[in-house]
Amino acid sequence: MNDMTPIGVTTTLKDWESDQEVRWCPGCGDYAILKAVQRTLPEIGADPAKTVFVSGIGCSSRFPYYVESYGFHTIHGRAPAVATGIKLSNPELDIWLITGDGDGMSIGGNHTMHLIRRNLNCQIMLFNNEIYGLTKGQYSPTSRLGTTSPTTPLGSVDRPASPCAFALGAGARFIARGFDVSKHLPEVLKAAHAHKGAAFIEIFQNCIVYNKDRFEDFAAPKGAEDRQLWLKHGEPMLFGSEKTGGIKGIALDHENLCLKVVDVVDGDWQAAKVIVHDVTNRSVAHMLVELPFGAFPMALGVIYDDPRPTYEDALLGQDATAREGKDTSLAHLLAKGQTWTVED
Amino acid sequence: MATQLAEPEASSQASPESVVIRFAGDSGDGMQLTGGQFTLSTALSGNDLATFPDFPAEIRAPQGTLFGVSAFQINFGSTEIDTAGDAPDVLVAMNPAALKTNVGALKPGGLIIADSGEFTKRNLEKAHYAASPLEDGSLAKWQLLAFDISAQTLESVKPFGLGNKEALRCKNMWTLGLALWMFDRDRQPLVDWLNAKFRKNPVLAEANIAALNAGHAYGETAELSGSLHKVHLDPVEAPAGLYRTISGAEAVALGLVMGAKLADLQMFFGGYPITPASSILHYLATMKEFGVTTFQAEDEIAAIASAIGASYAGHLGVTSSSGPGIALKGEAMGLAVMTELPLVIVNSQRGGPSTGLPTKTEQSDLYQAVYGRNGDTPMPVIAARSPGDAFECAIEACRIATQYMTPVILLTDGYIANAAEPWKVPDPAAYAPFPARFLTTRNGPDGTLLPYARDEKGARPWIKPGTPGLMHRIGGIEKNPGTGNLDYSPAAHQAMTDARKAKVDGVAKGIPAQEVTLGEERGKLAVVGWGSTFGPIHQAVRRARGRGLDVSHIHVRHIWPLPENLGDLLRGYERILVPEMNTGQFKTVLRDQVLVDAKPYNKTSGQPFTIAEIEAAIEGALA
Repeated sequence: MNDMTPIGVTTTLKDWESDQEVRWCPGCGDYAILKAVQRTLPEIGADPAKTVFVSGIGCSSRFPYYVESYGFHTIHGRAPAVATGIKLSNPELDIWLITGDGDGMSIGGNHTMHLIRRNLNCQIMLFNNEIYGLTKGQYSPTSRLGTTSPTTPLGSVDRPASPCAFALGAGARFIARGFDVSKHLPEVLKAAHAHKGAAFIEIFQNCIVYNKDRFEDFAAPKGAEDRQLWLKHGEPMLFGSEKTGGIKGIALDHENLCLKVVDVVDGDWQAAKVIVHDVTNRSVAHMLVELPFGAFPMALGVIYDDPRPTYEDALLGQDATAREGKDTSLAHLLAKGQTWTVED
Repeated sequence: MATQLAEPEASSQASPESVVIRFAGDSGDGMQLTGGQFTLSTALSGNDLATFPDFPAEIRAPQGTLFGVSAFQINFGSTEIDTAGDAPDVLVAMNPAALKTNVGALKPGGLIIADSGEFTKRNLEKAHYAASPLEDGSLAKWQLLAFDISAQTLESVKPFGLGNKEALRCKNMWTLGLALWMFDRDRQPLVDWLNAKFRKNPVLAEANIAALNAGHAYGETAELSGSLHKVHLDPVEAPAGLYRTISGAEAVALGLVMGAKLADLQMFFGGYPITPASSILHYLATMKEFGVTTFQAEDEIAAIASAIGASYAGHLGVTSSSGPGIALKGEAMGLAVMTELPLVIVNSQRGGPSTGLPTKTEQSDLYQAVYGRNGDTPMPVIAARSPGDAFECAIEACRIATQYMTPVILLTDGYIANAAEPWKVPDPAAYAPFPARFLTTRNGPDGTLLPYARDEKGARPWIKPGTPGLMHRIGGIEKNPGTGNLDYSPAAHQAMTDARKAKVDGVAKGIPAQEVTLGEERGKLAVVGWGSTFGPIHQAVRRARGRGLDVSHIHVRHIWPLPENLGDLLRGYERILVPEMNTGQFKTVLRDQVLVDAKPYNKTSGQPFTIAEIEAAIEGALA
């Protein structure tokens, strides 16, 4: 699997705070995500000089200004393409892509797809607040059916896209989910960073102005154990508690080839045939990202993690091989092909 | 050569020193290949030349149809050649459709060589001929030589046992053999080329060589009417040196490689397939050993955005496209202007709005290049006038981009991209390097970092991510002059708008003064051109001057900013004529920037100007 050893530069959370005033609305979930990142970076031994935060446009895309590293706040939806150019030009840089549901799934959906398909080594943090915040509250491609907004006063009629299912469909080799105020977010970020390749993280984020408490149904601390399925590699998929109606687990419904919720009696999850989470099982990953919330808890944590060679290694490796032993004389290049000489 | 500016006696196109030949056939007949190889043999024989490939947008249009005709015209001679020639002296028509669509251009008395084997009932119908023009006397004003090239070819390749379809594919080599005989050319380079091309299939190589030889022998021995005879053109007088042929697309690729080298940078090229710009990406994809990384992006926007990312990381970012793709890149160009990163954007212009004329040529993206972005977004624009000149312009684009920390647009067009001309191979050592500099230590007072401090040219420092201690944030949002921190205060926007404009205006101080290409520095009429109209304007002005007319030719490379002396220079003429393959775009820029009464002369047919058209316009302007 992945090597989790830190790169080796010693920093503290403070070292990752830039001198820029943070301009998100008070109470915005972005603050918690920023802190989680600033807490994670020292733990993985990241080097501020070799770290680049690249973003598109939207509330979340202001993120790079607040991190004391290199940062590029690009244009709407195009951060993946800019990041590709950066990484191909200097593969030593550690790239964090910051995007949102509008930026990454709508205007920049195409770039998100291709970045994942190519498997550029970077962390993609998609802040999903299911709304357009910066443009004042229009519905987004992840807004639930019936969302009323300035552009859908009668409620939206188009069905939302699922970022994780989209990423998996594009060929992602790492899929994780978390939410802004979750204490588990730094672990998820660490796992994403340890994955060599495009690591896709969907982070549910509370927009307190235009879509307040949208994720309370599963993110609220009360009843969290019943509504959150935190996945851990090698451990059974268990949720619930004895206090709230018993321990439950996720098992395979063999007849219908889908997942089902089963009761775990006396802690004997083996008897209930609860699945042991294997982050390299792509088929189960497909089922987990598609689990309908309500009948099932929300699948969170590292859903899938099975690295493959990265794009930059493949492309730059191919280029390096092509260069081997080649004549690099410009004079020869210019005089290539059939030539003739005009005498004095 | 197009770059030679001597002024010989005015010569008419019909002079024996030059010949124009057009090969026309089905788009699957291999006419571009025939033309390309004829070009090479012409160049090797020492003639000057210019070519004009003209092909349909469809790769293999239905056989025999009028819209499926592909043509290749070459003008060559023992004098300086600047254009592909107004009207062909010889038309090789491989089928009725090729004859129908091209014969109108043929000079009266010109020679038609037609493959009578293809003039079948069915092909005549497809070309909308009621009766065979080879027989009904409708071609009387030309000389006609019709013989069954198809049958001759089949006969010549019989020993190789090819299928009928494959055997007929050798028709173009038979035709080329005949053309080589007509113009007294050596067949050996062609034989070598065929052997190399079909290395893996020696039978095909032999069959093609046999067809080539048979066509040649046909000219040598067949008893033809007096119209077909051998013509020998002496080599053109050209400066001594090593020569090769070069197309515009190849020249741009080589110029970019050279420019990156002179800037001491690796090059990153982000591109997306589009006609006629793709060939630049194709060439660069084979030049990895020169420090080139090529990236075929998912779309035009990603192509430029990745190039911006590469420049941010310290490479020379380059992207290339054609009008519709350039339109998609517009917003990202703004980002490059705001973040003040070097970037070269090549636009191989094609015709019309939207998809327009993908394979034809036009100069109608000048407004787009100069003005076509949101906000006050100034960007230097330069335009190449010929394939060889595109090499120099690409270097110049790299120089301006890296020295001024700005995106630069290089305009070529479909004609320049595809056309070929002899090119005196330059000596790389003759070019002055302009190495890029990167900031490595903090540049502000008290150990502060000022990513938007400016040097004497108005350029900000280039800071590579990865440099210890220089962490900073940039973006497309308005910023503080100096720190570059997010700042949209009125004062900051005013100061930054002014600084961006002053920087690009200042490029004019570092470019050569505008020269008169041909003629006097004052007088009755200046014909002012830019881009690929160079050839026809130059020849037209030369001829008009030969007839004693007071006219000069001025050809502008730096479209934005214009050379500082251009206004004064133009005010030395009573009249100013601006021929353009658009509806008058540079004319408008001139009127705006130097306040002169520039008069337009426009053509938007997807075809280059002929010399005669511009000569007539000169006469009209002087009347």
